[in-house]
Amino acid sequence: MTSALKVVAPGLSTTVQDGGRVGWRRLGVPVSGALDRVALAAANVVAGNRADAAALECLYQGPVVEVDADSVRLALAGTGASLEVVGADGAPVQRVGALESVTLRRGARARVLVGAGGVSAYLAVEGGVRVAQVLGSRSTYTRGKFGGLNGRALAAGDALPIQSAASERGERRLPGVSFAPVPAVRVTLGPQDDHFTRDAIAALLGGTFTVTPASDRMGLRLAGPRLAHAKGFDIASDATVTGAIQVPGDGQPIVLLADGQTTGGYPKIATVISADVPALARIKPGAKLAFRAVTVAEAEAARQALERDIASWPQRLERAAADTDSERLLEVNLISGVADAES
Amino acid sequence: MVRILSAGDTALTVEFGETAERRLSEAVLALDARLAASRPRGVVELIPTLRSLTIHYDPCVTSAAELSCTVEPLLNGLERQPLRGRRWVIPVCYSADFAPDLKEVAERSGLSPKQVIDLHTSVDYRIYMLGFLPGYPYMGEVPQQLRLPRRQSPRTSVPAGSVAIASMMTAIYPLESPGGWHLIGRSPVRLFEAERDPAVLLAPGDRVRFAAITRAEFDELEKKSRAGSWLPTAQEVES
Repeated sequence: MTSALKVVAPGLSTTVQDGGRVGWRRLGVPVSGALDRVALAAANVVAGNRADAAALECLYQGPVVEVDADSVRLALAGTGASLEVVGADGAPVQRVGALESVTLRRGARARVLVGAGGVSAYLAVEGGVRVAQVLGSRSTYTRGKFGGLNGRALAAGDALPIQSAASERGERRLPGVSFAPVPAVRVTLGPQDDHFTRDAIAALLGGTFTVTPASDRMGLRLAGPRLAHAKGFDIASDATVTGAIQVPGDGQPIVLLADGQTTGGYPKIATVISADVPALARIKPGAKLAFRAVTVAEAEAARQALERDIASWPQRLERAAADTDSERLLEVNLISGVADAES
Repeated sequence: MVRILSAGDTALTVEFGETAERRLSEAVLALDARLAASRPRGVVELIPTLRSLTIHYDPCVTSAAELSCTVEPLLNGLERQPLRGRRWVIPVCYSADFAPDLKEVAERSGLSPKQVIDLHTSVDYRIYMLGFLPGYPYMGEVPQQLRLPRRQSPRTSVPAGSVAIASMMTAIYPLESPGGWHLIGRSPVRLFEAERDPAVLLAPGDRVRFAAITRAEFDELEKKSRAGSWLPTAQEVES
């Protein structure tokens, strides 16, 4: 029998995402992958995986999943996110916080609660979500209808292949890691800052922008001071990067995210530094956002610091206080009746 | 004048000019070939576009400053470098139900639909870049008489395989998608199939010649294409 995590309720926009599909941009295929790859890495490390393993990205409203395997170890990451482990009748049994692993047996259900302050949460499964790789990645690219589970967001009744049982490693937690939105998102100017007026650059760096509800995995659409073009808004298309701030004719910036097009015909006034791109996935529609400029060398140093931090996480894991509680939890689920009926 | 532009802390863009033209594209593709051959440390991906080459790098391995120093000496003599690529012959059916804009293109160009088809199939196009959608080829240059700006209002849905023109470019839609170009035909070729190897058929630098086919020929090739038993033919060429 295939081991799976069954989707009881899909949530608002839940997709399989990993570290991304690198190497295909020259052929027009975006990188995709987790919007917040720092949170993805944290969830994976706590679950005992590689930082870039495939997990569930849950946006706005999380899914409810049911264990259809002997056992499964789960770990969640995200601002204010928590996991609610529920019995067969749907009554809350136990709340497990972010960055703390928990092992569930067959028939148990877990509801992902995206925190009130957050937009995204990442649910990692020990051993990873084992959907097939497409072009070297398990990430879902919904616009291209490939990757993840059939190239789409999860739907009720889906079954995600996983390993058959949790390992014996015990439960872990990762202290001292937070996913707060950054107060001012750091950018480097360019590549086309010379296509804008001096006032536009000043407005970008001095103004406040609001994240609009039209934002999605392709881009964060902002509303704020109009950024005026000095040489028109139509350029011969060139390549884009994740974090590029492109400005269409209406002067309202769009920050390109994981599913953003690989090329584009609007000038790009600035680029969000790669260390701050993950934080863009933590800002709610309606929330405010400001930018500040740094040099490319500072941006490179920030990225190196971030990678060193992530690389240190496996050594910083602690035994979870709930390690003993999870034994009790397993028993609760064993006697819930659901487990008996399906085992 | 060539400029090296910053695109954040993970990419540099070597810009050869601000317009789309063959001369610039050839320089872009020549630099792309040089960097692909020399593979400087830390380079992750090379993205050739109409007028620039974007070099993605790993900032934990190299830096923009180091990479700029590596790239600058490679900019000399690009125009003399021969470009290798494949030349594809891709069949297109220009039948009216596949070509909702053919009549308008003909009228606005002062030509008959037959003349539009003859012109569209009269030249070899070069793939300057792939973008917009996985496998979407920007091919130039469309003969002068056929150059029209994009449609005022884009269509919300353009069928996969649609052959389109806009200004100096022609393309084939790899997937069903919204689109603003003028649709003048349809090809049975599937440019992008995620599960196929190769997933993307065409590459930057390749050349494409369109060949007109009848509706009956289209139907037969389309059937084979769906079954995965037909792909257009290509020859290695150098120019």
